[in-house]
Amino acid sequence: MVKEIEKTGIPVVHICTVVPISLTVGANRIVPAVAIPHPLGNPNLDAKDEKKVRRSIIEKSLEALTTPVEEQTVFE
Amino acid sequence: MTSKFKVVHYINQFYAGIGGEEKADIEPFTKAEVIGPGIAFTNVFGDEAEIVGTVVCGDSYFNENLESAEKKVIDFIKSYNPDLVIAGPAFNAGRYGMACGAVAKAVMEELNIPAVTGMYEENPGLDMFKKDAYIVPTKSSAAGMRKAVPVIARLALKLLKKEEVSPEADNYFVRHRVNFQAEQRGSQRAVDMLIKKLKGEEFITEYPMPEFDNVAPGEAITDLSKAKIALVTSGGIVPKGNPDHIESSSASKYGQYDISGIDFLTEATYETAHGGYDPVYANQDPNRVLPLDVVREMEKEGKIGSLHQFFYSTVGNGTSVANAKKFAAEIAEKLRADGVDAVILTST
Repeated sequence: MVKEIEKTGIPVVHICTVVPISLTVGANRIVPAVAIPHPLGNPNLDAKDEKKVRRSIIEKSLEALTTPVEEQTVFE
Repeated sequence: MTSKFKVVHYINQFYAGIGGEEKADIEPFTKAEVIGPGIAFTNVFGDEAEIVGTVVCGDSYFNENLESAEKKVIDFIKSYNPDLVIAGPAFNAGRYGMACGAVAKAVMEELNIPAVTGMYEENPGLDMFKKDAYIVPTKSSAAGMRKAVPVIARLALKLLKKEEVSPEADNYFVRHRVNFQAEQRGSQRAVDMLIKKLKGEEFITEYPMPEFDNVAPGEAITDLSKAKIALVTSGGIVPKGNPDHIESSSASKYGQYDISGIDFLTEATYETAHGGYDPVYANQDPNRVLPLDVVREMEKEGKIGSLHQFFYSTVGNGTSVANAKKFAAEIAEKLRADGVDAVILTST
């Protein structure tokens, strides 16, 4: 899906937990997520801290979208 | 050698010298002679084989009358009582590739003789028929004829002589698994491969991963505060009750959902339709999969220009690559039409 969208020229950042799959499939901008059932959250934290985690992943993703890349890049 | 092997050649109206698109609707016919590219094959065959007849059909006619055209072509081929059939090569001509593949398949299944054709890797006929026929990779256009002919002809000769062939040695697309008895058991072979890998030596995997064709990265966003961002997910987030009935696995559809005026997702209003992960956390707080709350906040703070009015969602659980591509192509078209600058795609 990432590739079909990016093919049209729209940059896509892929937030996913299993980075090797994203790399194999061919996403160009990848941001690692927390866990498969809650990629952008952590139920072990209280609501405030959980939202901080989510915000930091989104900030990382926006940074990825503003970074020119030539090849597949993982934004850790 | 006392007698030559008999080969029949299948070609389209163009290679038969009849005409281009304006003649693509001609019905099948045959001549007991060598026509067009058949001459080049004859040169490689030498004394070992000869083309005893050529069957011609227009590409449009074949594809519009699949069953009846195939039957006529096969009847013509059968009338020569051949030992093998060569079709094309079709290069990247889609309809010709479909015809060559269909003819080759029918020849192998109904006449029980081998059939060889040639196609460019993106010819739709390849995906459709690579399990059925011997298909040699070619260039995308007829400019590759000179290179393709010897490969096809040599493979044909080996098949005629019932010699063993393999995709690696004889240069054709892998058809299907071949069973064989290995000398060492699987664990031994796997450890041998691992050791080679650790040493940085070459090894050949017994289970190659499918190849994915990569796309060029989209251009970076220069000014986020003016960018329109859209959210897309394969994590199956849908309005409560899953109004579009997106399947929990092997999804056949995606949903488009309006989030204008919505600041965050709640347990009461949204859920996941995904059947491939534990849904408890996503159902408790769907923002964990589709981060609407945070992205909306950042929109209000002016960090991003705007959040797109819709989000798109499907279930990436055993969903075929073909379906995923189809969904995303449609989604991409809508995103472009709506002036979306960048996409955040989340996967579980």
